[in-house]
Amino acid sequence: MDAGFAIIGFLTLAGAAGAMTLRNLVHCALCLVLAFGGFALLYLKLGAEFAGFAQLLVYVGAVAVLIVFALLLTRNIESTGERIGARDWPVGVAIGVILFVLLGAAIVNSPFSHALPETRANAPTVKEIGVSLMTDYVLPLEAVALLLTAAMIGAVIIAVRETDSRK
Amino acid sequence: MTELHSYMLLAAAVFCVGLAGALSRRSAIVVLIGIELMLNAANLNFIAFWRFGPNPEVFSGIMIVIFSIAIAAAEAAVGLALIISIHRHLRSTKVDDVNELKG
Repeated sequence: MDAGFAIIGFLTLAGAAGAMTLRNLVHCALCLVLAFGGFALLYLKLGAEFAGFAQLLVYVGAVAVLIVFALLLTRNIESTGERIGARDWPVGVAIGVILFVLLGAAIVNSPFSHALPETRANAPTVKEIGVSLMTDYVLPLEAVALLLTAAMIGAVIIAVRETDSRK
Repeated sequence: MTELHSYMLLAAAVFCVGLAGALSRRSAIVVLIGIELMLNAANLNFIAFWRFGPNPEVFSGIMIVIFSIAIAAAEAAVGLALIISIHRHLRSTKVDDVNELKG
């Protein structure tokens, strides 16, 4: 574990922890942006440049902004004095801790815990990704295009203000 | 040099933080934030396995992450539209208040 991974990993984990525990929801969204940025840096460190910049464009540029817009539209911009945890919130935290212990034990006891050589293959260029999207992955591409169209139309229909015609 | 298990442990930690928050917060928007964190942790796992795998010239790890990012964005949009619509009806975004099927 080198210093770069330690710093980026700490920032990502701190952003995730802040996004889940802060009281002010706008602060939660900003910590989420920090976590997304940390993930993008980790993708760049692993050599997946397209995934890193796609993460920044889509998650930071669209999903985080969408979350802030939803916070504004639902009047959640002030931090209230009520409690932030649900009725049985220790159960949720305990489930998270137990799952992390299980996953950590599985990772440490797996063959991946020995140092694997980091293979030095070149990252795919955008041209190669585009060619493979049109040849090998054309069916998932069309399916995702259909999904995005349906999601866009569905989100607009769900969130549009209904005009009350029973006046 | 960072090994594969460091990335896997970090992905597992962020996944469990997202899961714990999604299960124990009252606001529906924070639950969606937790779900986004879980999806990002799984994407990190895919990229790490692609990099440390036997043949990284087959970049299927990057392709599945591209599709996963697109699907997660679509799901976040629809989920937030649902939250906005529920807020319009119930004037509340707490998950405890959505307990009736009657509109």
